[in-house]
Amino acid sequence: MTKGHKELPLTPVSDTPSTINLTGLWRVVRPVVDLSKCKKCTLCWKFCPDAAIELAEGEPHIDLQYCKGCGICSFECPAKCIVMVKEVGR
Amino acid sequence: MVMTGNYASAYGAKLSRAEVIAAYPITPQTSIVEKLAEFVSSGELRAKFIPVESEHSAMAACVAAQTAGARTYTATSSHGLTLMHEVLMWASGARLPIVITNVSRAMAPPWSVWVDHMDSIAQRDTGWLQFFCQSDQEVLDTIIMAYKACESRSVMLPAMVIEDAFILSHTSEPVDVPDQELVDSFLPAYAPELKIEVGKAMGFGSLVKPDQYMEFRYKAMQGMEDARERILSVEKEFKHIFGREHGGLLERYRCDDAEVVLVAAGSVASTAKDVVDAMRAKGVRVGLARIRAFRPFPHQELRALGSKVDGLAVLDRSYTFGAAGAMFTEVKASMYSLQRKPAVKNYIAGLGGRDITPRTLEKILEDMLVVSKRGAEDEVEWVDVAGLPRRWR
Ligand code: SF4
Ligand code: SF4
Repeated sequence: MTKGHKELPLTPVSDTPSTINLTGLWRVVRPVVDLSKCKKCTLCWKFCPDAAIELAEGEPHIDLQYCKGCGICSFECPAKCIVMVKEVGR
Repeated sequence: MVMTGNYASAYGAKLSRAEVIAAYPITPQTSIVEKLAEFVSSGELRAKFIPVESEHSAMAACVAAQTAGARTYTATSSHGLTLMHEVLMWASGARLPIVITNVSRAMAPPWSVWVDHMDSIAQRDTGWLQFFCQSDQEVLDTIIMAYKACESRSVMLPAMVIEDAFILSHTSEPVDVPDQELVDSFLPAYAPELKIEVGKAMGFGSLVKPDQYMEFRYKAMQGMEDARERILSVEKEFKHIFGREHGGLLERYRCDDAEVVLVAAGSVASTAKDVVDAMRAKGVRVGLARIRAFRPFPHQELRALGSKVDGLAVLDRSYTFGAAGAMFTEVKASMYSLQRKPAVKNYIAGLGGRDITPRTLEKILEDMLVVSKRGAEDEVEWVDVAGLPRRWR
C-alpha cells in the first residue's frame, strides 16, 4: 500500500530483518559438498557472500534457504570437493 | 583567545560536545583534527576519535555513529571532500544532522592547496546545508548553530561549515570562546527519534520501490526548506545568549540606497566591506551582500535586494564549466520573477588562492556601475587573468 509522505518516517527504516529474503529462491545451480574429501580449511565459509555456510566442527554445511548458487565456494575450494549441480524440479 | 580558523573549528566541535570524531588529515585541514585529537587524549573532550584510512571512511564512520545516536563531526578539504561525495549523499538521505568543516581549497590539477570554492560548490546537490564563513569567530559560532538548526525535528539534514583555505584556516584572529555551560544551555544533547538500539532489530536505508521513493525525496526537500526559518530563529536565540550574529542566510552591508551591490561568499566579503566603506566615503553608492548560506539558497532575500538596486556584481571563487559561476546562476535565476530586474554580471576571481585585492573589488564595482547603465559586453568575465587585455589590479 502506497503511503502519503506524512505517514512515512524521515528515512526508510524497516523492523523486519533481512533474513526474510530467502535468497535460495534465486538458485539455478546448487553446491554439493563431498565431505569425505573436505580438508576443513574453512575457505568456502569465508568466501560465501551470503553467509549461507555454517561450520560444524570445521565441516561446511550449506543452508539452502539462503545459498543463491553463485558457485564461489566451489571455485575457491582447494580440495575441489564442492561441485555445482543443476537445480531441477523446483 | 587569538586563534586560527582551524582552531576555531576545533573549539566549535568541542563546545558542541561532538561524541564521535572520525577524520583523515589533509592540507590545510590538518590542525583542526590535530587539535581535536589533543582534546580527546587529554580528556578535555569526551569523545571517540577514529583515525580512518580515507575521507570516504571518515564520513562512513560519522554516518554509522550518527545512526547509532551520537553527535558526530569531521573536517576535510578539497580532494578529501570530493572523495566523501557518495557518503555525503547517504548522510542527507538518511537524515543525519552531521556537521563538518570543509576548508575550501582548489581541486587539482593544477595542484594547489590554496583557497577556491570548487570543492564546496561541487557538493551543492548532496542535500547538505552549506555555510560560507568570513571570520574565525563565525566559523566557531556557525558550527554550534549548525548542530542546533540541523538537529531540529523539521530539518534533520547535515551541514557543511566552510572556511577559506589559509585566509581563515591559518590566520589568527581574536575569537571569543563561549563558556561551555552557556553552549550546553543553547545546544541540548542529540536525541534523534530513530536510532540503532540494542535488542531492537531494524534495517536502515532499505530498498524503496518506485512507488515510495519520491516521497522520501519530498520530505528531504521539506527539511531543507524548513531550514531557512530554523537558521534564522537559531541565530536569533544565539544572539540573545552570546550577543553575536552573522547575517542569517544573506548578510547585507550598506545595501540601503545602494545603486550597485557586490554579491560574494567567504572571506573576500570582509575585504569587500572595507572597499564599500572607502567608496561610500567618496560618495559612490555601493553595498555588499554576502551569501552566508549557499544551501538553502537565499532566493527571497536576494529578490528583496534586487528589486531595489540597479546592478548585482556576483563574484564567484569557482567556475562551473560550460555554464558560469554557480552563485551567479542562482542569483540570476532569483531575479527572473522581478518586474524590474537589476543588471547581473558574473566576475570569476581568486581561483587557486589568487589574492582578490581591495583594488580588484573596487574595479569590479566600478565596472558594475557602468554595466548597470549601459549593459554588459560579457555576462561572465574572468578577472585578473594574465594575457587578457583588461587590467584589474
Ligand atoms: S554457492 Fe555461493 S551462496 Fe551458495 S554456499 Fe556457495 S558461495 Fe555461498
Ligand atoms: S573450501 Fe573445500 S576443503 Fe575447504 S572447508 Fe570448504 S569444502 Fe572443505
